[in-house]
Amino acid sequence: MAKTVAATGNEAVANALRQVNPDVSAAYPITPATDIMQRFTSFVSNGKVKTEMILVESEHSAMSACIGASAAGGRVMTVTSSQGLALMWEMLFIASGLRLPIVMPVVNRALSAPLNIHCDHSDAMGARDSGWIQLWSENGQEAYDNTIQAFLIGEHMDIRLPVMVCMDGFIISHSIERIEYLEDNEVKNFIGEFRQLNPLLDIEHPVSYGPLILPDYYMEFRKAQDEVESKVFRVVLDAAKDFEKISGRKYGLFETYRLDDAEIGLVILNSAAGTSKDVIDEFRNRGIKAGLLKPRLYRPFPYKETGEALKHLKAVCVLDRADAFGGSYGPLFIDISTSLYTYSKKPILINKIYGLGGRDYLPEHAELVLNELTEIAKTEKVKTIKEYIGVRG
Amino acid sequence: MARPLSLKEISKKEVLISSGHRMCAGCGAPTVIKMVLLASDYPIIAATATGCLEVSTCISDYTAWKIPWIHSAFENAAATISGVETMYRSLKKQGVISKEIKFVAFGGDGGTYDIGLQSLSGAVERGHDMLYICYDNQAYMNTGIQRSSATPRGADTTTMPAGSVVPGKTEPRKNLTRIMAAHDLPYAAQASPSHWMDLMKKVRKAFDIKGPKFMNILSPCNRGWRSRTDEAIMLSRLAVETCHWPLYEVEYGVTKITFKPKEKKPIVDFLKPQGRFKHLFKPENEWMIKKLQEDIDREWERLQKEASLSAP
Ligand SMILES: Cc1ncc(C[n+]2csc(CCOP(=O)(O)OP(=O)(O)O)c2C)c(N)n1
Ligand code: SF4
Ligand SMILES: [Mg+2]
Repeated sequence: MAKTVAATGNEAVANALRQVNPDVSAAYPITPATDIMQRFTSFVSNGKVKTEMILVESEHSAMSACIGASAAGGRVMTVTSSQGLALMWEMLFIASGLRLPIVMPVVNRALSAPLNIHCDHSDAMGARDSGWIQLWSENGQEAYDNTIQAFLIGEHMDIRLPVMVCMDGFIISHSIERIEYLEDNEVKNFIGEFRQLNPLLDIEHPVSYGPLILPDYYMEFRKAQDEVESKVFRVVLDAAKDFEKISGRKYGLFETYRLDDAEIGLVILNSAAGTSKDVIDEFRNRGIKAGLLKPRLYRPFPYKETGEALKHLKAVCVLDRADAFGGSYGPLFIDISTSLYTYSKKPILINKIYGLGGRDYLPEHAELVLNELTEIAKTEKVKTIKEYIGVRG
Repeated sequence: MARPLSLKEISKKEVLISSGHRMCAGCGAPTVIKMVLLASDYPIIAATATGCLEVSTCISDYTAWKIPWIHSAFENAAATISGVETMYRSLKKQGVISKEIKFVAFGGDGGTYDIGLQSLSGAVERGHDMLYICYDNQAYMNTGIQRSSATPRGADTTTMPAGSVVPGKTEPRKNLTRIMAAHDLPYAAQASPSHWMDLMKKVRKAFDIKGPKFMNILSPCNRGWRSRTDEAIMLSRLAVETCHWPLYEVEYGVTKITFKPKEKKPIVDFLKPQGRFKHLFKPENEWMIKKLQEDIDREWERLQKEASLSAP
């Protein structure tokens, strides 16, 4: 029987991790993720989990220790944000290259400099090509659900890849909302026993992890890794189906909201999708056919499915909570344009950068964008493709 | 408890790092590793930092390691093995594993004195049951003989080449063994492959001590030291006999010198056969040799004092 509680996003994720009950976890404090680990270590101190903690001296060591622990043969997780994720960057590629199913909630926060502890997506976007699976979450419920599903997905024998679960710092991590928890044993049965694959601790069958590979085989190795990525979509959908059976909650590769018959649409990640949906309802009430697409599985990116879902629209705005410097568009925009590239008839695309460093995303921002899209749909004329919104002039 | 180390036992044991690895002929490192593996009376799992040892012993699809082995990156062998050891403790507590297994990490001097010092210090402070071994060849050899904080004063390296203005490395070495002992860890020791029984006894002892252990083992590199390929053991012996590399251990804070040269040889005996010190013998650089000798005398004096204070 599910239990309904009032909890913050961090509290919900900590509870999911308690229910998963990993064998080993490494932790290093960083706002706004710290709170998850404080809650989790209190479970450890009070015997609520079997987890052995490694209270490391840096995030680089946190990921290194997770890599060692995972290769040793067991379930492993850690949590981080922002600078912590940046410091792990080297090790992220090693975790995925060694095919270790480590799970890591990432509480999204801006990157320095200048220093800012509030929400944006620069941290996880900077790691989007590190070979980790990325699941993004609109609210505490989704963060809780994604955290549980992450273990099943990453540990799948066809996949064996690390998984990041992203949620918005403070906006979600520190806000209380209504959340439904599964029973402990439901979570336990859902993720099942950890299945070992070439564990270091199998002393009778010694294996070597992390060889040097020369040009004669490196590329074959990378190609094999790329092929694994293509299997992730099916596994994510299967996990979602199983999860729906125990939770009643539906998940896919992305969520669409009033999109099927829409003429204009927004593409937006995480918490800002919630605000946007309300505004879309208002536009619908006024007879304007607006809709929304909220990516969930961001890496690997379901280009084909996303393109199919958006191709019929007249105009689409991709809202990015991170910029990709170098005269480029936002990272999400780049992916959405790629997903539509092969279609001869496709929507006109614009890109807005919003909410950096914790700047509020307000209903009026969504309104502004939807008005602009209505105009573009009518005139087929675009003023500027990329623009910062909610910012002083 | 492990059995007392005997020659008979060692001579019959399988060597757990196979020949055919690709380290240079005459390199000290594989000899050091072989001794460490032979000295263990327990099954062991090893982590290795990026460096000569790692790139030469596990080139896909081959591995020279007959024990479970992991390399993840350069600066984190200690953190990596701490993860392996923690998973072992977790699974042992859960009753999944019952076997007694020991954990060792190998890092070069660059991977230990420099970029990996934080990771090592953290792992030692956390008290993991592991032995960290630094094979110290006194420079970044894998990337082509660059200066590290383990490089002795005066040595010619590719990033501090001896020239008309800069006479090689101008700074003294970092005393890592002392830094590690200052962590108040159960066991820290220095060893040399020339004194192989001393080295192996230390390793055997270390594996029987619970908690973090550190060993710093001199590992001659003929490429970087510019010596002959048959001189690794001779040079490591000279390092000990000149007190450039004193053999000692610090067990629960008690310092013991495990080998005292009958007569301390002058440092020039160690410098002379090595091309990396050749320029020091020019008249204008002789002051460097004097400084090197002073460094060594001071440190040897200090070590002896510390040992005498510790003596029962
Ligand atoms: C983060 C990072 N920086 C630099 C390097 C390049 N690198 C690889 S091995 C190495 C030198 C290793 O020196 P040492 O630890 O002394 O081992 P040795 O090769 O001398 O045995 C360096 C600088 C790297 N692999 N990773
Ligand atoms: S370069 Fe030096 S340390 Fe590296 S393998 Fe050759 S002899 Fe050994
Ligand atoms: Mg070196």
